[in-house]
Amino acid sequence: MFQHKTGQIKTFLRQWQLQSMVIPGIVWMFIFCYIPMFWLIIAFMDYNIAKPMMDSPFVGWKHFQDFVTDDRFWRSIRNTLGMSSIKLILGFPIPILFALLLNEIRSLRFKRTVQTISYLPHFIAWTIFGGIMLNWLGEGGVINQLLIAIGVQDREILFNSEPKYFWWIAFFSDTLKEMGWSAIIYIAAISGIDPGLYEAAELDGAGRWQRMWHITIQSIRPTISILFILAVSGLLGSNFDQIFMLKNNMNMKMAESLDLYIYNMGLVSGRHSFSTAVLFARSIVALGLLFLANFSSKKLNGEGIF
Amino acid sequence: MEMRRRFRRISVFTICNTLLMLAVCFITLYPMYFVLINSFNAPEQALLGTVNWFPKAVSLDSYRVVFNDENMMNGFLVTTLRTVIGTVVHVLFTAIVAYGMSKSNLIGRKVYMKIALITMLFSGGLIPTFILMTKLGLYDNFLVFIIPAMYTFFDMVIFISFYRTIPESLEESAKVDGASDYGVLFKIVLPNSMAVIATISLFAAVYHWNDYYQGVLYIRSQEILPLQTMLYKIIAENSMSFMQQQAMAQFGAKLPGNSIKFASMMVATLPILAFYPFIQRYLVKGVMIGAIKG
Repeated sequence: MFQHKTGQIKTFLRQWQLQSMVIPGIVWMFIFCYIPMFWLIIAFMDYNIAKPMMDSPFVGWKHFQDFVTDDRFWRSIRNTLGMSSIKLILGFPIPILFALLLNEIRSLRFKRTVQTISYLPHFIAWTIFGGIMLNWLGEGGVINQLLIAIGVQDREILFNSEPKYFWWIAFFSDTLKEMGWSAIIYIAAISGIDPGLYEAAELDGAGRWQRMWHITIQSIRPTISILFILAVSGLLGSNFDQIFMLKNNMNMKMAESLDLYIYNMGLVSGRHSFSTAVLFARSIVALGLLFLANFSSKKLNGEGIF
Repeated sequence: MEMRRRFRRISVFTICNTLLMLAVCFITLYPMYFVLINSFNAPEQALLGTVNWFPKAVSLDSYRVVFNDENMMNGFLVTTLRTVIGTVVHVLFTAIVAYGMSKSNLIGRKVYMKIALITMLFSGGLIPTFILMTKLGLYDNFLVFIIPAMYTFFDMVIFISFYRTIPESLEESAKVDGASDYGVLFKIVLPNSMAVIATISLFAAVYHWNDYYQGVLYIRSQEILPLQTMLYKIIAENSMSFMQQQAMAQFGAKLPGNSIKFASMMVATLPILAFYPFIQRYLVKGVMIGAIKG
């Protein structure tokens, strides 16, 4: 036992070069991941950023009691779940549908071109893309022009100033930006299907839709289920870059997601401890969701996510 | 009869599907096209609103304003520096840590991996991170773009799995010739990992170029404000930037904010568009590696 230990120390010293590669990484993780985790403890204090942490008094669950009785907190939960649900229910099938339809294109060149073009918006910053959306949704914008031209509305609507439209703006702009990019993984999965399966099915007289249903969709089902599970486990998250860009004082009622609530309370109003309490609670729930996702993935596919 | 009906149905589907795909191309390209034409629209025309298809009169005035604006050009420089330095540091640091981690005879490897994995499951989040940056003196400091972005677990895993595909005999023969671990890494392993280095560099570079939020959170001084954060302030907070005030003075009321907005959006996107062929080639590869990894 003792000899084994000294042997390990000797090996450790002999591989000092390898160790000197890894240890700075571990130090980095301690500083930038573990210290913030440790700092979650201020959720139980009245923390003052100007003073050393230990000078702040412990207040127990006070901040937790405060936020569960805050209407704005529940509003932010509603907004987060609302936007996530729309994205999950309506948004999740869209990239799959796109990948399936793209797969039906015979010309390889056309297929490649469409695919390459489709994920261009993913690489455009949200500042730019959000800026375009704000312009389109505003006075005299493209959306108003279009809706008036096809007779859906008879006067201009300032979409981004009316809270009731925000969830849909968030959904449509996100879909427009990310549809092609989200489809990549399905396209890759489809391209891995053995072409022999299709030929055999065609000989058996299976039509286009039958082949799509029985071969393509069945073959990519593991991919679909993993991504679906991941999407469910991300229900409490929101696309912060997007919402931060599109929110304003008028639509805040519907735009303030949990992330934005934490930002507003913590960094705008300066209630660090209060916000950290919300963060703490959310981290616990998110961790639970992640384990649940991993568990269901193991059940469904026999393989976990991590 | 049966044959004919089926043949006809297929061709209708093909036509509809092709049209649908063309529509997808149109709606994905149109937003950037819209920015392009409106940035070229003459200022006096831009007063009348945006154009949908073609500029009413082509003019470079808005670009002249953007390129003459010191703040804007400084933001461009900050973003470029941040992208170059941030990417190099990230790739180098992650590649080195990953190399050590990839060795199965590394003492403590299991513990190190656990330490790394926990960071994936649990994090301090916004407020504790903000406090940490303040305490480390990174608030309003250019290094806030570089140091916290030095490493990601995901990229490390990609490196490790790539290193494993390099034949061990290559490394062993270098070792026999007396090379140190660092020697093997820099002379043998990294030159054989160019594909993965390109992928991770582009991921990192796109992040650094497009990120505006770090600037919103941590930067107060104009001299180190990234371009995207400036754009955020101009577009979302609708603040009259120094740039616009200057332009107003220069052109009278003739130059409305809008056309300058579009020109600056174009300038901020140009590098992405220019690198797009590389980006799409390597990033798609990267997503595949990530997808295979799980």
